Amino acid sequence: MSELIVSELGCQRGYNNLFSNLSFSLTAGDILRISGANGSGKTSLLKILAGLSSTESDSVVYNQNPAGSSEYQEDIFYLGHLPALSPELCCRENLSYLSHLQGDNSDDKVGNALIAIGLKGYEYEYAANLSAGQKRRVVLASLFINKAPIWLLDEPFTALDSDGIATLEEQINKHSERGGICILTTHQDCNLSNMRTLSL
Amino acid sequence: MNIFMQTLTRDLKMALRNPSSFLNPLLFFVIAISLFPLAISPEAHTLSNIAPGIIWVTCMLAVLLSLNALFHYDYDNGVLEQMVISHHPLPLLLLAKTTAHWLLTGLPIVLLSPLLGAALFLDSESIGVLMLTLLLATPSLSLIGAIGASLIVGIKNSGMLLSLLILPLYIPILIFASSAVSQARFGLPISAQLYFLASILILSLMGSPFVSALALKTSLE
Repeated sequence: MSELIVSELGCQRGYNNLFSNLSFSLTAGDILRISGANGSGKTSLLKILAGLSSTESDSVVYNQNPAGSSEYQEDIFYLGHLPALSPELCCRENLSYLSHLQGDNSDDKVGNALIAIGLKGYEYEYAANLSAGQKRRVVLASLFINKAPIWLLDEPFTALDSDGIATLEEQINKHSERGGICILTTHQDCNLSNMRTLSL
Repeated sequence: MNIFMQTLTRDLKMALRNPSSFLNPLLFFVIAISLFPLAISPEAHTLSNIAPGIIWVTCMLAVLLSLNALFHYDYDNGVLEQMVISHHPLPLLLLAKTTAHWLLTGLPIVLLSPLLGAALFLDSESIGVLMLTLLLATPSLSLIGAIGASLIVGIKNSGMLLSLLILPLYIPILIFASSAVSQARFGLPISAQLYFLASILILSLMGSPFVSALALKTSLE
């Protein structure tokens, strides 16, 4: 059984001890919402889980692979605060490159994902000309392509309209039904089944 | 297409759609060199004496000028973060970005150099050597520069810091390359300098992607 195990994880930023001795484990189908006040370390926790910040070895393990190893990195999808889009590229090119970075892809899937997220007609629009919500949608379209079992979403609902939020919630629920794990931070109420909450 | 080619074509495409990003250093290279005859002397003997030095120093400064942008935009918009957490080897991705940087900065400088050499009254044989040294050494400039650029990523107004970090590492290249061109003008052997430049290139090709990847991971933490 594949299980994401976090054990005795601590994080320090400057002189602040954000959290210490954090332990939890998630199995297939779990959705974990990390809640906490601004500055409580939600983003730092997600960055550690994404393998961006280094940790003590073995404090984050999935399928016996520690965070940072290439097998672990293959199993995660991380969406940070930044849009991860280049203004000089169009939606299609941006999404195609992102999904190449995150795993394999095909051009059909990229087109379909953009339609599914509600960006039909914007495929060849430069990212520079998109609104904040549309940029967010381009990146979220990777969720329709990505096969990674662990999704790490940092404030995924920001800048989305109610339609976008509903699509995203549906996508996360489907991911959970398929046996995926999703960890997200949000200040909004969300309509997700199987959701647990972790307060920092 | 593999991830190396994907990254390379992506970077080239982005640069061609925003040409000022790579034309600025090239324009600097041409303008700075063409100012020397006005300021020093238009006389052929003087100019051909100082030409190797002028062209090489200006080339180095032009590359330095272009390095700030190497990782900066991708850092700002978050693509760099995705590269770091990708399961693809980060050194390979950075090597692709560095190759794109060389194709947009080093290669045009190599191609422009005969024109500028001729303008400074270098003879055709020295121009050949000049092009050879540039061809051998500009890739090293991009590769070593990538290390510096990945160390300062995320620091605001870091141009000064970058020069301090990188220029000392550029000095051996400057010495060997410009002395090769100067010696070629007098018909002296230059193989020693060329071997040194070639070994610096191989060393930086082997080491730079790995060191930059480590530096980048530290900068992004």
